[in-house]
Amino acid sequence: MLENSIGPVPLQAYLIVAAFLFCTGVWGLINSRNAVRVLMSIELMLNAVNINLMSFSSYIDGSIIRGQVFSIFVITVAAAEAAVGLAILLSLYRNRVTIDMESFNLLKW
Amino acid sequence: MNIAFSTELICFLILSSVIVAGSLAVVLLENIVYSAFLLGGVFMAVAGLYLLLNASFVAAAQILVYVGAVNVLILFAIMLVNKKEKLKPIEGLKIRKFISGGVCGGLLLLLLRVSITTKWNLPGPTSIGEEATERIGEHLFTDYLLPFELASILLLMAMIGAIVLARRDVSIPTDDINDFKDQKSLSDKKIPLLSETSLK
Repeated sequence: MLENSIGPVPLQAYLIVAAFLFCTGVWGLINSRNAVRVLMSIELMLNAVNINLMSFSSYIDGSIIRGQVFSIFVITVAAAEAAVGLAILLSLYRNRVTIDMESFNLLKW
Repeated sequence: MNIAFSTELICFLILSSVIVAGSLAVVLLENIVYSAFLLGGVFMAVAGLYLLLNASFVAAAQILVYVGAVNVLILFAIMLVNKKEKLKPIEGLKIRKFISGGVCGGLLLLLLRVSITTKWNLPGPTSIGEEATERIGEHLFTDYLLPFELASILLLMAMIGAIVLARRDVSIPTDDINDFKDQKSLSDKKIPLLSETSLK
């Protein structure tokens, strides 16, 4: 099952790396108390999804490469998300003078 | 196994170990500045994986957008908000980290099991290699034209939204709206959104 690939690196190896990157991002997203680190974890998760898309595009959809187009769109949306997220973070910092995630409980209960 | 195969294998092993160690360091390191620089390293290693997958255009886009724009933006945000603050201790933080680590480890095991036991449809059609850039251009201007244009609108909206959100003082233009006198006095007094007691 692992042998029927084209190159020396099987598809599953890329998927495993992407899975690890995604789980690290999820853990950081839950556990970070610095708001900037939360945004960094989101970027890690988006990169994991991109690795999945690119590896499927190269191994299974090698002639049409729809996965590469999708990952370009994901990169675009990630750039927009980072810009807006950091702007929100800056205005939050001006209002509350902290970036501790535990103190952003304005909408809680 | 000829030399090209072993070179590709070694490159993949180096890049994936950089990704794994770098992502762990991004999440776990105490100093946020180190995390930001290591995040740039992880992005570049991901771009190297794209090069191994015969996708030079997406690798260049990854370097330009992620390392050149997003990472620099994150560094600027860190410089703007980098205040040494003592975080309030929370009870049950250790147990929370432990539980979430268990959940993420379970998710990892699930993903590993799915990716290993699934019968992927391999080998697919032969990869077109370096013609990928032309093919991406054809896709973007024929069957993915609408998402492409929507992406440009999204980027414009994000740019305007970021400017509006990060502007220092937002005053309401009241020259032509005479009815909102109260709002003008509100914005002139610069009442903070939260009272002083809640900031403590």
